[in-house]
Amino acid sequence: MPTVNMNVNGEAVSGEVESRTLLVQFLRETLRLTGTHVGCDTSQCGACVVHVNGVSAKSCTMLAVQCEGADVTTIEGLADGDALHPMQEAFRDNHGLQCGFCTPGMIMSALDLANRNSAPSEQEVRDWLEGNICRCTGYHNIVKSIMAGARAMAAGQGG
Amino acid sequence: MHDFTYHAAGSVADAAAKVAGGEDAVLMAGGMTLLPTLKQRLAQPSDVVDLAAVAELRGIQVSGGAVTVGAMTVHDAVANSSEVAAAIPALADVAGHIGDPQVRNRGTIGGSIANNDPAADYPAALVGLGATVCTDRREIAADDFFTGMFETALDEGEIVTAVRFPAPETAAYVKFPNPASRYAIVGVFVARTAGGVRVAVTGAAGCVYRETAMEAALEGNFSAAALEGMTASADDLNEDIHASAEYRAHLVGVMARRAVAACG
Repeated sequence: MPTVNMNVNGEAVSGEVESRTLLVQFLRETLRLTGTHVGCDTSQCGACVVHVNGVSAKSCTMLAVQCEGADVTTIEGLADGDALHPMQEAFRDNHGLQCGFCTPGMIMSALDLANRNSAPSEQEVRDWLEGNICRCTGYHNIVKSIMAGARAMAAGQGG
Repeated sequence: MHDFTYHAAGSVADAAAKVAGGEDAVLMAGGMTLLPTLKQRLAQPSDVVDLAAVAELRGIQVSGGAVTVGAMTVHDAVANSSEVAAAIPALADVAGHIGDPQVRNRGTIGGSIANNDPAADYPAALVGLGATVCTDRREIAADDFFTGMFETALDEGEIVTAVRFPAPETAAYVKFPNPASRYAIVGVFVARTAGGVRVAVTGAAGCVYRETAMEAALEGNFSAAALEGMTASADDLNEDIHASAEYRAHLVGVMARRAVAACG
């Protein structure tokens, strides 16, 4: 079986995988990082979004072996100890979730947007969320959260 | 997903050798279609040869009135390239509206055109602009490249290396997207080029095609009014739960007029 080596949340990890092992399976089942969720498993819903080399990707539609040598960041890699990342804090402050299942993917996707655009408009946020599906909230508070989170990151409160 | 042997190719020649060496090997670009296909067990290759590490296939060059996009260049790179935006803004616009941000971060132009999904956006841009597909063996005009539903002129094991787009005088792409997938229910790419007007349609039929009657109408009068009342023929157009053939035929006219209007 192939061995794969990558950096996950700043730590070097390696593991034996099958060629067909998905990145999300490697994260959840081998590394036990279960914050990354599998929603649809068909690259539609975005619950599995992580960052690979700094940009967002759907980890259900990548092979673990494709991440050889890559830097992977998951939702578990954002908080600094007990201090939440500003984007996480913004989701809490703005009630940007109900059941929470989509939230890890929403936050990882939102960070990719905030890294490119420090002051996204409401429309820009809504367009960006094309690949993230939430069945509870109606998106309204998610959009508010992301706009607030991006502002907080730009204001240098971390990130 | 059935298991397979994974190979990371180091160069185009290496990829060609590895794909030829496998019993039933396939090339993988961004994997945005291949991986879902494998997950559904609609394909069972013996080997998957990943092109991601082939540096020579990545990048954008603008020179002499042409934009050349390496086959492994992701949609996001084309969408956000200031050079592409300056030379052929419609091309950046096409790339920026493919799928969702995560698809654009990984999906590639080479993968998209080699797959030739009947509803993909890039084939309309290639045919609309009269682009040239460069492979490891030859150059193929876009008009000859897309041969049918999920079929291209590529031979077994032939690898797309780049696509060369001549800059048009003006061009625009307008699509009526499926609200869930963002694939085009109908998309029309209109360009006024040195060689004449081109109108390429995706999503409507089994394969991208040119609306020659619309091209002729626009040749004398490049305005939305020149297409007033024109639709496509519904014969042989796609019909599914999203749209009937008649509706798609109607949309071809509407999207074409909007695209001409967007050319300014």
